[in-house]
Amino acid sequence: MRFKRSVDTGQPRAPHWLKGLAYGGLVFLHFPILMIVIYAFNTEESAFSFPIKGWTLRWFAEAAARQDVLDAVWLSLKVAACATVLAMILGTMAAAALYRRVFFGKDAITMMLIIPIALPGIITGIALLAAFKMLGLEPNFWTIVIGHATFCVVMVYNNVVARFRRIPHSLVEASMDLGADGFMTFRRVVLPQIATALLAGGILAFALSFDELIVTTFTAGHEKTLPIWLLNQLTRPRDAPVTNVVAMLIMLITTVPILLAYYLTKGTESVAGSSK
Amino acid sequence: MSTLSMRQHGVLRSFSNLLYRRSNLYLLLLLVPPLLWFGVVYLGSLFALLGQSFYTFDDFTMSVLPEFTLANYKNLFEIANADIVLRTFFMAVAVTIASIFLAFPMAYYMARYASGVEKGFFYVAVMLPMWASYIVKAYGWTVILAKGGIVYWVIDRLGLTQGLEAFLALPYVGGNTLSTSHIGRFMVFTYIWLPFMILPIQAALERVPPSLLQASADLGARPAQTFRNVLLPLAIPGVIAGSIFTFSLTLGDYIIPQLIGPSGLFIGTMVYTMQGSIGNIPMAAAFTVVPIVLIGIYLNLAKRLGAFDAL
Repeated sequence: MRFKRSVDTGQPRAPHWLKGLAYGGLVFLHFPILMIVIYAFNTEESAFSFPIKGWTLRWFAEAAARQDVLDAVWLSLKVAACATVLAMILGTMAAAALYRRVFFGKDAITMMLIIPIALPGIITGIALLAAFKMLGLEPNFWTIVIGHATFCVVMVYNNVVARFRRIPHSLVEASMDLGADGFMTFRRVVLPQIATALLAGGILAFALSFDELIVTTFTAGHEKTLPIWLLNQLTRPRDAPVTNVVAMLIMLITTVPILLAYYLTKGTESVAGSSK
Repeated sequence: MSTLSMRQHGVLRSFSNLLYRRSNLYLLLLLVPPLLWFGVVYLGSLFALLGQSFYTFDDFTMSVLPEFTLANYKNLFEIANADIVLRTFFMAVAVTIASIFLAFPMAYYMARYASGVEKGFFYVAVMLPMWASYIVKAYGWTVILAKGGIVYWVIDRLGLTQGLEAFLALPYVGGNTLSTSHIGRFMVFTYIWLPFMILPIQAALERVPPSLLQASADLGARPAQTFRNVLLPLAIPGVIAGSIFTFSLTLGDYIIPQLIGPSGLFIGTMVYTMQGSIGNIPMAAAFTVVPIVLIGIYLNLAKRLGAFDAL
């Protein structure tokens, strides 16, 4: 293809219409997020009229004083923390087992790790619910954690396995030759190498768990995580201001970790967060 | 390490030596916990669900009986249920096609023209909305499409209110208001799954070496020909990967159909209603088999067309 080249960089220059489409797409992607931020400061109580009537910080104080909001935030943080720890352990083990050796059934195991995020969440949700019911388990805190950990493992696995593949195996052998046993090698040689990938995977798992809704509605029973609280809230128009504030808060809690994960794995061949 | 601490670690050390020599044992120990989790908890649940789809639901006592029946699957073909399946299927197809057209220029620009800071910016700018909370994004759209909201305001300012009303009166795309119309629901679906299409296409285009395009030009192809005969076939695996996401995610979604768009159930909402208020898990299970089968057919088709060969 004959590209127009700019004189100084030699980089091909995009036609204006293409550049316009690309940036237009970005605007489209960020527009609803911007609206959520704007409406969090809206003075109006029960409608979404535009242009908005005035600016206020009142609803932040009101949301902070609501016990149901605080309970939901606390529950979501606890669930995400437990699911993340489980996912980090299981994901690292799976990555350590699968990155180098070729053995029978390896592809099937990799496939199995991916299924929970490839299948629609509703299937995972109702499958877990059906199984819990058969076992006579009442939905509670731990059933939520089990559901979340199931689809969080692949986040950690993807990140850690990519890093494992980049560590030369000779490092491990050298450590063993110098007298370290397997555990010491893991702690002193392998762990420092995979640390940032593990952390990035953990952060992604946390973010994924924190705002998961579909599986959670099946496994939560009467518990209200923050996304479930928000969903219930949408049928209560009178509460709109508090809902707007919480929506913005959820947005912040999930985007900050994503940026963090991105910078932790930047410059490596697989960047965290490129697949959800 | 001193001899003393070596003796203390004797058991651990001989254990770790054993693991090093018997690498199969090591592999097994590593694999057992994840395998137990996924093989027992997850696959077990899936099979439990599949099994339940053959159970009998007694309408009279509203309870599930473990008696084998195919009635649930037969029910799927009743007009009302087939309607739900078709409605969901066509929405998933429409969303997938729209996402491809919206995503391709963005992915193409990211892969071929953006570099350095601009590339990083694009990457983060696509990733953030993808990861931003799903329910918050859906909520954002109810705010945007609300009566008196920003879209209505802009259309009013442009003097197009009449045009909008005529458009909303159309069958299959319209509805009473924007937020209860088919087109509104379609827009929200497309918005929410769009990043899942952009990133795979971008990754596929990124792997095309520039020399290939130069070779095509040197051999006399016009830019349009190079695009159609060289670039597009190499982008197909990315398009397929992305469409698996958009297709499957739309098929299984049940929150957006509740929040935006006209009444009329989707597969997801049907599953939710069946298991929730009625407690008819067998019928809900039969409904979940539909997206699994559809996705299976789609994957198989993609494989036959050679979509995965270039991966």
